[in-house]
Amino acid sequence: MSKEEKKVNRRDFLFTASYTVGAVGLGAVIWPLIDQMNPDKAQQALATTEVDISQVEPGKSITVLWRGKPVFLKRRTLDEIAEARAVSMDDLPDPQKDEERVKDGKDEWLVMLGVCTHLGCVPLKDKGDYKGWFCPCHGSHYDVSGRIRKGPAPKNMEIPKFEFVDNNTIKIG
Amino acid sequence: MSDHEYVPKSKAGKWFNDRLPLLTLGSHLTDYPTPKNLNYWWTFGGILTFCLLTQIITGIVLAMHYVAHADLAFASVEHIMRDVNYGWLIRYIHSNGASMFFLAVYIHIFRSLFYGSYKSPREVIWIIGLLIYLLMMATAFMGYVLPWGQMSFWGATVITNLFSAIPLVGESITTWLWGAYSVDNPTLTRFFSLHYLMPFLILGLVVLHIWALHVPGNNNPVGIEIKKPSKDTVPFHPYITIKDAFALLMFMILFAGFVFFTPNVLGHSDNYIPANPLVTPAHIVPEWYLLPFYAILRSVPDKLGGVILMFGAIFILFVLPWLDTSKVRSAVFRPVYRQFYWIFVADVLMLGYMGAMPAEGIYLVLARVGTVYYFLHFIVVMPVVGFFEKTDPIPMSISEPVLSGGAEPALAKKDNDKI
Repeated sequence: MSKEEKKVNRRDFLFTASYTVGAVGLGAVIWPLIDQMNPDKAQQALATTEVDISQVEPGKSITVLWRGKPVFLKRRTLDEIAEARAVSMDDLPDPQKDEERVKDGKDEWLVMLGVCTHLGCVPLKDKGDYKGWFCPCHGSHYDVSGRIRKGPAPKNMEIPKFEFVDNNTIKIG
Repeated sequence: MSDHEYVPKSKAGKWFNDRLPLLTLGSHLTDYPTPKNLNYWWTFGGILTFCLLTQIITGIVLAMHYVAHADLAFASVEHIMRDVNYGWLIRYIHSNGASMFFLAVYIHIFRSLFYGSYKSPREVIWIIGLLIYLLMMATAFMGYVLPWGQMSFWGATVITNLFSAIPLVGESITTWLWGAYSVDNPTLTRFFSLHYLMPFLILGLVVLHIWALHVPGNNNPVGIEIKKPSKDTVPFHPYITIKDAFALLMFMILFAGFVFFTPNVLGHSDNYIPANPLVTPAHIVPEWYLLPFYAILRSVPDKLGGVILMFGAIFILFVLPWLDTSKVRSAVFRPVYRQFYWIFVADVLMLGYMGAMPAEGIYLVLARVGTVYYFLHFIVVMPVVGFFEKTDPIPMSISEPVLSGGAEPALAKKDNDKI
């Protein structure tokens, strides 16, 4: 009896070991098939863009393409900056100070991804209830700091990594 | 499903059939006992098979001329329209064919809802059908992206961004779907690959759908179980094939009407503008067949909540056989459910209309009412009505009302006419 039990146990072990090796092998085969869909080297190589901002007047903005997405570069007026900073944090669904969204000493330049955080449409400038941006797809309103104020979008428009190369050039990415 | 074993008449036929019983299968399909009271709402299965084959054939032909590349796709579609011999005809059949396919599938689904075809013992048929419906939506969505017009691009952006609502891994999943940091060339090429694959998956599921149907046999307008074969049934061929063929011809007239007279009425003119990642169209709408779900998505002022409700609206259909507590299948004998059924139909149509309108003011309010009612219908109305409703008397067989000439059959007949 005990002899037979032992035999069964050894077979169980062999089964379990085989299944485990099989599962690892299957995973090793499936992973390349899944990972090939992630952004390739060529996509990753498009990671930085330099923008000449010398022609932008106060109150105006330009849009450039970075990684296939629009980036808004807005040169804000003093009034607009003051307005953005006067907003109470309690009125914001995604509380963030205007100061945290711009570079120190370059307060007039708002650089952000022109992508609605709801479902990825490009919001229209100088529209909506808060004088900032308005997304036509599902009605999200953003203020002059690009912060979400009303509508289905959950977050403020994203600030990409960027730096001032000199006074007239911004490098995004 | 004849009781006697099928034996081919010819010697060669017998030789072949002993090795691969295809002739037995053919005989089963020909003789398949079908309820004799099937009305024209039962012809849409055949119509849907026709739609699938039309899409596959025209699609294979289009793929011979289409180029799946962000810089060339739009131009290649125009090339099909202007240069390829009969390219305009083949593309219009394919693009309108998608709409015809959905029109037929919605009629097919609502027929099932009215006559209780999803109920025991046909739950598996219903679930396979829903899987087909899900694959159809995925296929149609990806197909709509291929021309790489403005609606293609922004439709793809909005739909793929639905996945970004998933907590923690949402962004990674979206990037993985795109193969880039936005909808771009890698997105287009994989959508083309999958758009070509999925119709064949649908075809496989259709085979399972029909197989599962042939186990219990067709439901029927009276919704009772019948003996097969019996005086309540007729052989599938020629009785059902000829009725299906007539209905298919009527359907093809409608189809041809769209293709030849208003080929673009169901599309959106913005899709004749090449894709531009810098500008979103002012009014972005999906194709008409997705509008009710789009209305549900937009009616929720929360991103994740909207996505959950939208997918929930489809997935709740999977448990429908267990939400419906009524023992009686056909709404013909369910006076209370019948009223709710038509309210539900109106609700879905209203949601579709709201999906096409801007999400503001009264439209938004009505979309929210419609969304709440949509879920109430399944979660509350179906279980509760099935429990309390006093159903009308059900005939013993399909033939009985005709032969006995009682009062109930008159009721049944009247309702069949109305539906």
